[in-house]
Amino acid sequence: MTATDHHPLDYPFNSGQDLRLSAAYERARDTPGLVRVQLPYGEPAWLATRYADARLVLGDQRFSRALGLESDEPRASEARRDSGILSMDPPDHTRLRSLVAKAFTVRQVERLRPQVRALTSALLDEMETAGPPVDLVDRYALPIPVAVICRLLGVPEEDRPRFRVWSDAALSTSSLTAEEFDRNREELRAYMSQLIALHRDEPHDDLMTALIEARDHGDRLSELELIDLCVAVLVAGHETTATQIPNFVLTLLDHPEAFGRLHAEPELINGAVEELLRFVPLGSGAGQPRYAKEDIEVGGTLVRAGEPVLVAIGAANRDALRFTDAGTLDISRSGNAHLGFGHGVHHCLGAPLARLELQEAIGALVARFPRLRLAGDITWKTEMLVRGPRVMPVGW
Amino acid sequence: MTWHLDVASDRCIGSGMCAGAAPDLFALDTDHAHPVRADIPDDERALEASDICPMLAITVRDAEGKEIGPRE
Repeated sequence: MTATDHHPLDYPFNSGQDLRLSAAYERARDTPGLVRVQLPYGEPAWLATRYADARLVLGDQRFSRALGLESDEPRASEARRDSGILSMDPPDHTRLRSLVAKAFTVRQVERLRPQVRALTSALLDEMETAGPPVDLVDRYALPIPVAVICRLLGVPEEDRPRFRVWSDAALSTSSLTAEEFDRNREELRAYMSQLIALHRDEPHDDLMTALIEARDHGDRLSELELIDLCVAVLVAGHETTATQIPNFVLTLLDHPEAFGRLHAEPELINGAVEELLRFVPLGSGAGQPRYAKEDIEVGGTLVRAGEPVLVAIGAANRDALRFTDAGTLDISRSGNAHLGFGHGVHHCLGAPLARLELQEAIGALVARFPRLRLAGDITWKTEMLVRGPRVMPVGW
Repeated sequence: MTWHLDVASDRCIGSGMCAGAAPDLFALDTDHAHPVRADIPDDERALEASDICPMLAITVRDAEGKEIGPRE
């Protein structure tokens, strides 16, 4: 076929210092077949960039996450990660997922909306009192999801400085050695074990207590699964939302007409959030490779059994075969079946909660500060699986 | 015992959770999931799929028409 079969492209394509989608994705999407890529560590992989191919790979049971544990997984950092529930296939995956799914259904999450609304309002009041410039990340984007997931799971909010360090490290890429990565994971596990012990002595009305109940009385998960599930909920429960809030704000500032329209028509917020989820490529690159359990043709390439395929969500979300004016931000877009939360059995557990937080956070900010602007240089996260500002000074 | 499966297409967001977890019970078209067959022999996996649906779009009923999934 082509030279790329023999010389995989260096991956990830995206820069970590902005939110653009690399032109290399467009070339890959327009080229028949899958492209071959090489990450800094692990074996080469196929990369799926088209919407239909992405849905097939993410949704079809002939692709496995668990097989990655036995392989030299393509990865951005030296450390091998057992990503817990993210490294499982059905039926094990379904067993764990069903234990936590209840807490995150759309019905359950909607009950939190008044709390989230009051919280965003209070944070905006504090920002106004402090006066510009204010770091949007520290004063707004982080406190919202941290407060919500802490209350839901049963983690003390005042521990934020401690678990932020571990959480950052859990999602970092090349900055940690394998030993540092392992030590970090053990610290996070020890912290969570101690919280679980406290909950065992004194049950609360929270998700941790419900999971302890499922372990101690239903024997539906192991102690390590219990710990790792709580860790996963804590980390995944705040990091991505805290990153997407400034990313969405930045994207709206780049599209003043969309910002103005959202201010004038606040009822567009839900659709606007969906469109931002589609439009903003959060990841620096694709992770969580899927391994073919048998030979499968994907987008014109025969993927052999045992080969890994990476899925570029950001590229698939701008596939012109699926979305009209795919490269345009259109906050009133309809039929927006984006893959921002993934697809298939690993579709984001917290999607309903993330949606609610993003709707409330972005909606309230745009309503309060119609003249919101950047008021200093952005410091970007570096060497992280997710892209976004670490510090973002804003004025209004 | 025969169970009856239903996917509310107005709620379904096509996440692919059910079709991924139990492909012999649920399938996905362009935007929505649907049961492969509406009436099935009782199967724990149908209840699990109903439990893990983020939109609570899957209803499982027993032979008497009583709603048994999603579970409380």
